[in-house]
Amino acid sequence: MTKKIKNLNLNFGPQHPAAHGVLRLILELDGEVVEKADPHIGLLHRGTEKLIENKTYMQAVPYFDRLDYVAPMNQEHAFALAIEKILGIDVPIRAQYIRVMFCEIGRILSHILNVTTQALDVGALTPSLWGFEERETLMTFYERASGSRLHANYFRAGGVHQDLPVGLEKDIAKFCETFPKVINDLENLLTDNRIFKQRNVDIGIVSKEDALDYSFSGVMIRGSGIPWDLRKSQPYDCYDQLEFKIPIGKNGDCYDRYLCRIEEMRESVFIIKQCLAKMEKGPIKTFDGKISPPSKKEIKQSMEALIHHFKLFTEGYRVPEDEIYTAVEAPKGEFGVYLISDGSSKPYKCKIRAPGFSHLQSMDYLIKGHMLADVPAVLGSLDIVFGEVDR
Amino acid sequence: MKSLIDLEKKINSELTTKINKTKINHNQIYIEIDKEDLIDVLLFVKTNKDAKFRQLIDITVVDYPEEAQRFKIVYLLLSHEFNQRIVLSYFINEKEVISSITSIFPSANWMEREVFDMYGVNFKDHPDLRRILTDYGFEGHPLRKDFPLTGHIESRYSEEQKKVINEPVKLEQNYRNFDYESPWEGTKYIKEQVNTDDKKN
Repeated sequence: MTKKIKNLNLNFGPQHPAAHGVLRLILELDGEVVEKADPHIGLLHRGTEKLIENKTYMQAVPYFDRLDYVAPMNQEHAFALAIEKILGIDVPIRAQYIRVMFCEIGRILSHILNVTTQALDVGALTPSLWGFEERETLMTFYERASGSRLHANYFRAGGVHQDLPVGLEKDIAKFCETFPKVINDLENLLTDNRIFKQRNVDIGIVSKEDALDYSFSGVMIRGSGIPWDLRKSQPYDCYDQLEFKIPIGKNGDCYDRYLCRIEEMRESVFIIKQCLAKMEKGPIKTFDGKISPPSKKEIKQSMEALIHHFKLFTEGYRVPEDEIYTAVEAPKGEFGVYLISDGSSKPYKCKIRAPGFSHLQSMDYLIKGHMLADVPAVLGSLDIVFGEVDR
Repeated sequence: MKSLIDLEKKINSELTTKINKTKINHNQIYIEIDKEDLIDVLLFVKTNKDAKFRQLIDITVVDYPEEAQRFKIVYLLLSHEFNQRIVLSYFINEKEVISSITSIFPSANWMEREVFDMYGVNFKDHPDLRRILTDYGFEGHPLRKDFPLTGHIESRYSEEQKKVINEPVKLEQNYRNFDYESPWEGTKYIKEQVNTDDKKN
């Protein structure tokens, strides 16, 4: 006698700790093998794009921190670059180095979180304890520069909000000396670890063709062996004056992506060191009084500065009519802003292209045929942060 | 194909009848087409050996509520091989149904779902056209310009019914939209006021 067996439907999340946020994944299981995965997203949807349409350009910046809240400044960078390109303003060289430096700090922040939580998902606790200590140090740098550990609101069109405080550069340099040792420690725990390899090698393989078809970017496309990094191919700010390598994977599995991230952290440290070495004293934002606010001292002495200050913080600066798509290499992949300005001081339309959105979309393709226990491993290596997926 | 100008020429000569307008701006080619030619143009730029726009970056819509052709559908494409970007666009009116491009670019699936969710644009031949970002049972299309910023309903926990309930939005104070236009240039509402006063007199 044969018994009819029905596939089991399983709800993974939205409160599952390995769902990395508020993902509701509906899995169809045949025994322990996943037949189909249907991610339900939007539980963290806050209508960022709608809100930005109703705010001036300067007021819109903090919304970008709240997208990928693991590496806030990388998102601000894309928005700042888009406005700068439309306005056609130049950014002082010191500001460029500061921005690139903090973007790389953001990359390390994001990669530490991803690598260690991925390890946590497959059963290793210690890396996250060690990694989070370093993240804490990095967030202190964020705080010292911008006043806030996470939601920095630091980049502006035309530069950054304020100069670095005294002593910060020295401390970041010190961090660059000690941090590679921590990466080595993490690697000692994970890279040759039998359990970690068993859980990650040959899991979630992405071929080159599929990486292109599914709109992958960042580590997801590099892990599959396509050497593509916007910092190299379409350099923005001062990336073309810096030396760094782009690590790429071979097999396109979770393990290769892990290795790419580890290697990228080392490269980021190298970039930060170069930024610190090349940074010279100088202005940190454009002098154009119609775009960047005057200093407090000027406001006290000059009527024009006072008017500029008042107009900038009430009406905001106007951006001429234009249409632009600008992308940066955020830690998770290509983060883009499609901006339409209509000549007023508010964006007419601001579409945010989040890398995680297209990565998560491929969940069904990645997980089909894998075991249920591989779901957290694959999800971990996708590097999903719901702030940017749901927007 | 080396430069954008060459590519622009190539697209224009190969697809003469299908291209309405092209321009190069900010290192990207902006191409305006007709709704019917979408599939042909996409297939051409994806497969042509001098274009190779293998990756769809995003699909989005711009809403111009006062126009008859209300929605501008925008496709952003990237060619890794030649390191170029193009922006394809066309206009449709509110009722029109457009063809899905999921068969050409699998990643268009969620992007089209998002467009459907946010703007209410319908796609033909889409495998799974559901709402994606908004709540289950949500009504309206939030990114349309005529959708209010505050939305229509708000949720709260009701102590009497012991559950979360939805009710129409009640604001203690309406959302205020300040007019910051410089008074020296004359703001719109003052001009309108003056005009209507003139007519009365």
